[in-house]
Amino acid sequence: MSETVEVVAAVAAAVAATPVPNKGDTAWMMIATVLVILMVIPGLALFYGGLVRAKNMLSVLMQVFVIFSLISVLWVIYGYSLAFTGGSPFIGGFDKLFLSGVTPESLAATFSKGVYIPELSFVVFQATFAAITTALIVGAFAERMKFSAVLLFSVLWFTFSYLPMAHMVWYWDGPDAITDAAALEKVVAGAGFLWAKGALDFAGGTVVHINAAMAGLVGAFLIGKRVGYGKEPMTPHSLTLTMVGAALLWVGWFGFNAGSNLEANGLAALAMVNTLAATAAATLSWMVAEWLVKGKPSMLGAASGAVSGLVAITPACGFVGPMGAIVIGLLAGVLCLWGVNGLKKMLGADDSLDVFGVHGVGGILGAILTGVFVSPALGGTGVYDYVTNAVGEFNMVAQVTSQLWGVGVAVVWSSIVAFVCYKIVDVLVGLRVPEDEEREGLDIASHGESAYHY
Amino acid sequence: MKLVTAIIKPFKLDEVREALAAVGVQGITVTEVKGFGRQKGHTELYRGAEYVVDFLPKVKIEAAIKSELLDQTIEAIEKAASTGKIGDGKIFVFDLEQVVRIRTGETGTDAL
Repeated sequence: MSETVEVVAAVAAAVAATPVPNKGDTAWMMIATVLVILMVIPGLALFYGGLVRAKNMLSVLMQVFVIFSLISVLWVIYGYSLAFTGGSPFIGGFDKLFLSGVTPESLAATFSKGVYIPELSFVVFQATFAAITTALIVGAFAERMKFSAVLLFSVLWFTFSYLPMAHMVWYWDGPDAITDAAALEKVVAGAGFLWAKGALDFAGGTVVHINAAMAGLVGAFLIGKRVGYGKEPMTPHSLTLTMVGAALLWVGWFGFNAGSNLEANGLAALAMVNTLAATAAATLSWMVAEWLVKGKPSMLGAASGAVSGLVAITPACGFVGPMGAIVIGLLAGVLCLWGVNGLKKMLGADDSLDVFGVHGVGGILGAILTGVFVSPALGGTGVYDYVTNAVGEFNMVAQVTSQLWGVGVAVVWSSIVAFVCYKIVDVLVGLRVPEDEEREGLDIASHGESAYHY
Repeated sequence: MKLVTAIIKPFKLDEVREALAAVGVQGITVTEVKGFGRQKGHTELYRGAEYVVDFLPKVKIEAAIKSELLDQTIEAIEKAASTGKIGDGKIFVFDLEQVVRIRTGETGTDAL
């Protein structure tokens, strides 16, 4: 009898030693990746494009489309290696430069012991995150920045802000190595700086949203206001397209958030429910607040509310319960409405499409509230302890402190890097187009074509 | 001959066209225009930014007519385009020196 047990254990050990990715997980990761691509092109491009004047429509579509392409190439060349290999707590190394050694047989860890997905599916999934984060920034300096400057800035900022942030928040060896407290210490020592601090960021509240928002805000300050800002009308040219874009963002975000679970299981479903509930709640709360304060419920308000909810639930989506998600969404809608009104006036920057008001405010709110609503007492999942293989003791003060570390590092690091990158770009190619080109519109001046022929 | 130009509310265009046809006006030219008068504009709100829209959309119709038809034409437009509210528009009347039908070369009232 005991011999049988030993044989079974040996077989189990052998199976565990050479894990085979589950085909369902693998298929889900590839679908999730395509959904995130849908968020960027055309989702984000249309959401932003509808908000600018008709003469700048193509410039915005073009910036998003080309940044997506540019970052995708950089990601497979060196981005993945710097973000997701060991090195220091702040940045990875060049072990997987040009994806060297990453083959169809290579495996990437998930959040469950013994469960792996093909590393290449992780590479391409993460590529889309890098691309959308960099593309998000263009909303802040839309309608006035030189195309060459946009591209150069994107390369620099992606390299020196996105990659370190992704490494700091998401890099770790995976759960399998954590067998006891000593092993945990070893994994923590080799992990990213913020991962080691215990900052929870399920799908990229710090890495994606706060990171991009700070770069956008710094850019809006450095590049200056649009010609005629505050005097001439700068009304969105097509809220129809903005609604289409917001809806595509929402649909794609299920890949972004539920895909970040890396496995097709119950936690992915939890992330999906939360992404639905928080976003719907934020749509309603922004609309109601706007209705009460401004007099009318607007389509732009509803679409902006949805995006604010998506942003705020991003770090929390795999950790909080659906009721926590609703609270996060309700707060995000109202707070981000303030972000694009009161706060925007206080800051005084011409953040054209409110990248900071929505992604910065919503991102910070979501990151902090993740530390609150992850609490099992508030319906959250708690924080899993891989040593005991159970949900650990929850300490809200400690968790929120960890979250603040994540927010603080993202705010400071991205701002400093962005500032330096803009300055370098300004010296090399100049940030702004000449005033006459800005008046004519970037579509014709920068790209030699028009979006519409009336 | 007279040229009657009227600025009216866009949704009144069909009624005005029917009224003009009923009094014997043979054709009109319609243009979508923008302008301001006593009605003033309205405000639009996009997130934090409020914009005053000074120019409101209107429709301009032009009709070249025989002088005898002038009173009936003015009356027809006035009745059809009126809502009694501010912003109903205006009618302008000009003397018309010459009219040429391009296809036949007819001139004057024959060309109307």
